Amino acid sequence: MTAGLLLHNAWANAPPVSIAGVLVWIVMRSRREPLWAEAYRRLGRSKRALGAIFVLSLCGGIVFLDSLSWQGSRVEEPKTVVDRLFDRPFERTYSEPMGSATVGEVTPHRLLGKHVFGTDSVGKDVFYKVLKGFRTAFAIGGLACLVAVPIAVTLGLSAGYFGGVIDDVVQYTYTVFGSIPDILLIVALVLMLGQGLSSICLAMGLTSWVGLCRLVRGETLKHRDREYVRSARALGASHGRILVVHILPNLLPVIIISVTLLFSGLALYETILAYLGVGVGSNFGSWGNMIDSARDELTRDPSVWWNLAFSSGALLVMVLSLNVLADALRDAIDPRLRTE
Amino acid sequence: MIRYLARRVLYTIPTLIGVSLLTFLLFFMIFSPETLARRNLSAKNPTPAQIDRWVHEHGYDRPKAVLFKQHMQSMLTFDFGESDKTKDRIMDRIKAGAFPSLELGALTFGFTLLVGLALAIVAAYLRGSYVDAATMGIAVILMSIPIVVYVIGVQYFFGKMLRYGPLAGYAPGPDGLRFMILPVLVAIVSGSGYYVRLYRTFLLDETSQDYVRTARAKGVSERAVLFKHVLKNAMIPVVTTTVAAIPSLVLGNLVLESFFGIPGLGNYLVGAIGTQDFAVVRAMVYLGTLLYVAGLLVTDILYAVLDPRVRLT
Repeated sequence: MTAGLLLHNAWANAPPVSIAGVLVWIVMRSRREPLWAEAYRRLGRSKRALGAIFVLSLCGGIVFLDSLSWQGSRVEEPKTVVDRLFDRPFERTYSEPMGSATVGEVTPHRLLGKHVFGTDSVGKDVFYKVLKGFRTAFAIGGLACLVAVPIAVTLGLSAGYFGGVIDDVVQYTYTVFGSIPDILLIVALVLMLGQGLSSICLAMGLTSWVGLCRLVRGETLKHRDREYVRSARALGASHGRILVVHILPNLLPVIIISVTLLFSGLALYETILAYLGVGVGSNFGSWGNMIDSARDELTRDPSVWWNLAFSSGALLVMVLSLNVLADALRDAIDPRLRTE
Repeated sequence: MIRYLARRVLYTIPTLIGVSLLTFLLFFMIFSPETLARRNLSAKNPTPAQIDRWVHEHGYDRPKAVLFKQHMQSMLTFDFGESDKTKDRIMDRIKAGAFPSLELGALTFGFTLLVGLALAIVAAYLRGSYVDAATMGIAVILMSIPIVVYVIGVQYFFGKMLRYGPLAGYAPGPDGLRFMILPVLVAIVSGSGYYVRLYRTFLLDETSQDYVRTARAKGVSERAVLFKHVLKNAMIPVVTTTVAAIPSLVLGNLVLESFFGIPGLGNYLVGAIGTQDFAVVRAMVYLGTLLYVAGLLVTDILYAVLDPRVRLT
């Protein structure tokens, strides 16, 4: 490998590495904050929460490995670690998990390699497709939250804190957005912006900020006249400082819990969008696409169940962990909200 | 009361104007008519002449001001014009699809609600027990599976394994109810998990109130506390969160309608999405919004009627 190519490869991996680094740093740093240390301790006591965190870090690990890519030469396509480890040569058509011959052909052919989860109609390895789905699911959830959370937090904070005309305008805006049923707004946006990962994330982000914004506004209203805010004001702190340094940290629990739930909701939405034909498109491996294409496979003879089972299984594991984590977070961060 | 009603109804007008503006922006301003034409004609690799004809035929070449006026008018008169693809009158299709949608919506809604509430009462009554933990656990798992998977699973199970018919279809009247069994079943399984959790929270919130302690202190049995005192008060949040879900059900059964071949509004919309029929999607977005806003309105009014603590100002 030449020095130029090495540099090129290193540069291409800078974004995933830095994102992962920042995430790990945030988790490590927040452990030392007294406010959060207690929450971590409570989370650590819950077996369910630990299980969910373990599963989610495993998912995150797969996404990370699927984001590290390099090319061996200038002409070669860049391949990720997951590509290099788990990509298998195409078979002729369907084959069962761990099977040794194809299924659904008049004369079954011997397989070229082992396929843990079997192969799909064009002979692609299902295990590899399921692994690729993690990255798409995380990308959709992450990018949509990246659109929704800043809008929701900025508007919600300023509406709750300043009140008056700003509050009216923000309330009006989210009432208008919130009056359009989610699925309709997403479909209309994707239809107009065209298919693709970025327009889906934008559409989902522009749709899902409303609930969080309403929540943040309400919470800010509660905090606006608390004593700590008044003392900060008396000490001469600017509005920006009060909002960001004093009020925002108190809202973080609510924000984190809703983002966790949002993330799991978006993963489920993706399957509906794929079914409606406004999904991420066929050049992305996504569980929604797999489930959609498996629609008629169960009725084949013999039934092809592995595509549907493994893609929805992966989705179930991820969404379930997120839901369990959200419940545990609610109990750990905010004991007042406890339902037990 | 009448003043409150009037004010609450008037409040929806600016919202609806905002939605009309937003849909106008989305459907007429972001992209040029040529882009829309190219998308709509995409399969045939259109020539410039074809594109011009499409734009002209569908009226997208008129000045923006005229389009805006027509758009706002259609929102008032419910005359949504013709479909971009099939040239059908959109309103005729909506009228035809409204009843099947309403039928499915009412059935799925009613049953999901009943099942959700029943399980929530059981879980709240036996709170802290294994039954409670198991119900909640199953509810979370059921919530985490996409509806498409339920539909595929149910159709496979009933169709191929039990040889049960009919798998899909629609007929008006009581005769057609047999077509509704499977979609309603899917709706219950996929939807009630959310309601069980929500309603259980409402019930437990009430259980920690002072009046419950008083009732227990004077010797009312636990069952009577739950059914006579708690349930009555917990119905306020139950009713209000539920009414807000009605309109989303009318259009929200998109997946169910198209999988089970029910010729309702959801099915119409799914078809329109598939053929990139902008006019139909536009009309359905507005209609869905209208239903949703109406639902919220009913919620607020019911809230005021049911809960005497809410002041009508």
